[in-house]
Amino acid sequence: MSNMNMPSWGLWLMALGLGVFVTMLVISVKRHRGVHRSLFAWPYSLWMIIFTVVPLFLIAYYAFTDAQGNFTLNNFYSFWDSNFEMKKQLSDMGFDLAEMGLNERGTVNVDTLIYSLWMAFKCTIICMLLGYPAALFMADRDFKLGSTLVVLFIIPMWMNFLLRTIAWMTLLEDNGIINNLLVSLGLGRVRLMYNSDAVLLGMVYNYLPFMVFPIYNSIDKQPRMYSEAAMDLGANSVRTFTKVTLPLSLPGIVSGITMVFMPSVTTFFIPRVLGGGNTEMFGDLIERTFLTADNWNVGSALALIMMLLMLLSISLLRRVDPKGEGGSLL
Amino acid sequence: MTEVKDMKKIVAVVLSLLVVMALVPQTLANGVVNVYNWEDYISEDALKLFEEETGITVNYMRFTTNEDMMVQVRTSPGAFDVVFPSDYCIEKLISEDLLEELDYSKIPNAKHMSEWVMNPDFDPNSKHSIAYMWGTVGILYDKTKVNGPIDSWEVLFTDEYKGEIFMLDSIRDAFAVALKYLGYSLNSKNPKELNEAAKLLIDQKKQGIVKAYQVDETKDKMVAGEGVLAVVYSGDAQYSINLNDNLAYSIPKEGSNVWVDSLVIPKSSQNKENAYKFIDFLCRPDVAQMNCEYIEYSSPNAAAIELMGEEYINNPNLNPPQETIDNCEYFHDLKDFLSIYNTLWAQVKNAK
Repeated sequence: MSNMNMPSWGLWLMALGLGVFVTMLVISVKRHRGVHRSLFAWPYSLWMIIFTVVPLFLIAYYAFTDAQGNFTLNNFYSFWDSNFEMKKQLSDMGFDLAEMGLNERGTVNVDTLIYSLWMAFKCTIICMLLGYPAALFMADRDFKLGSTLVVLFIIPMWMNFLLRTIAWMTLLEDNGIINNLLVSLGLGRVRLMYNSDAVLLGMVYNYLPFMVFPIYNSIDKQPRMYSEAAMDLGANSVRTFTKVTLPLSLPGIVSGITMVFMPSVTTFFIPRVLGGGNTEMFGDLIERTFLTADNWNVGSALALIMMLLMLLSISLLRRVDPKGEGGSLL
Repeated sequence: MTEVKDMKKIVAVVLSLLVVMALVPQTLANGVVNVYNWEDYISEDALKLFEEETGITVNYMRFTTNEDMMVQVRTSPGAFDVVFPSDYCIEKLISEDLLEELDYSKIPNAKHMSEWVMNPDFDPNSKHSIAYMWGTVGILYDKTKVNGPIDSWEVLFTDEYKGEIFMLDSIRDAFAVALKYLGYSLNSKNPKELNEAAKLLIDQKKQGIVKAYQVDETKDKMVAGEGVLAVVYSGDAQYSINLNDNLAYSIPKEGSNVWVDSLVIPKSSQNKENAYKFIDFLCRPDVAQMNCEYIEYSSPNAAAIELMGEEYINNPNLNPPQETIDNCEYFHDLKDFLSIYNTLWAQVKNAK
């Protein structure tokens, strides 16, 4: 029995790209007796065009058109009123909406966005409160376990994030490890999973390294003489921290916030696994609109709104860290 | 001049690659049958047996959702000879004129099929499809934790088992439960009935009756004793019951959903003779038995059921009485109306 999978057009595409690239390379070597350096930008540019630029245009196209391909702004109105298309469809069919009790504005999309922003905000704050002290310790040269801590932070990241999240289920379930421990201690069971706190826990767990490492970098690269100088001039350790270490680590904090907040807002899958599908985040909403509801037009509009929000928050953060020292995204 | 030459070279490379791409599938098209089936939905031994008996190579491909499958069937004509879609998708594929009308003279083993599966309302007289496996949707429950018989959908909507219920995170199935409980068709296209069902589901969620909405995770969680009641497919129920004796399955008296996965031949099939051979092989009682015992879903093959003996025949989860089946409904393709279900489902999922 041959177990061949679907025709893998992706491979063909790559082979095609490689073929074009090699041909150009050969031509270039023949003509210039050397390789023009700009040639090396080709593979990546091609990659970018196919997998970033084209999809972006597609999203924009779908967001501003209806199912028939005509220009419309209704998809964005559907963000505000998630019942908009349903109401239109039903009244076209001749149903009386008021009589059906279906006349209200659908708040699903707006509510989900607000909920996602709020969750992402909480996640970022918790990551910062946990991550900054951790980074401080790790970067402290007198703290011998610093490098061990770095490794301990990295090890879980060797595993795929889906698996790490699923592993939390065995800990948090009603018959999970934590609850069995509580029962054996005579403390009774607690519902740890299937709620938004469990989702928040999963988010913090997954995104914490993205807060710790930028901060760690920014503290670690500060010349030690700065804080020594502050001490020599009579500042105590608290003042040294607030006047020297903290301000100099600001780019790291900004970068950490960006790296945690962005993926937090778009989180999906974690609510489904740890939240038991009881709450939906904006990422889940976009996924459901595309896949289950099969509505690419509204889905694209939601994705565009998401992207605009991202751009806005990045540009706000750029004001704090104008030089992008913390290695910001833009 | 060199520019033109360069272009020619690039074009030559591109063209030669295209030629290679076009040639590869052709060389395989001799003595094969391209089968497109659900993940883990056939006995590997049966496939080997077919290859040994006929000398036809089975080119086996898998899908995980009906929707993925339909996209592939539409966009890759000629790629598949036998496909395994579910009821409402068959209806959809027939309406798009993508399915071959079956020539039953080439499927002599069709005579072994149970009578009731041969005339489903999504495909009258089974003109385009022949059943492969079937099942129902019902309630899987923990006998040690319930306070009485579970025979109605009602237990899902009262607070007797608050916080201990797993619902299906799947639009049609979730609405089917609510619609059936309210006494409506699970294919309802009446906005008033749908709104009523949505209100019921929203209320159920707001009261904290539901523990989680999920699909694949439920069977293992019920085995682990994580919940008291769960809406599940009969196949998953049997899987859980095999692993945990405390579990039992019930098809509520208000009726439920019965589903069928069937064998079809796309009109675009390039190997129709082999496709018929493969379908006839799967309808052969011993092969149907082999597959049914491997998958542990319900078999539509009466002769295979006889072969499987007492244990299967007396198992009401897999082999419910005919009146229970008659009380159930197939899903139908809702066409444009599905988007109404989607919008209302979004309200359910986001109720707090």
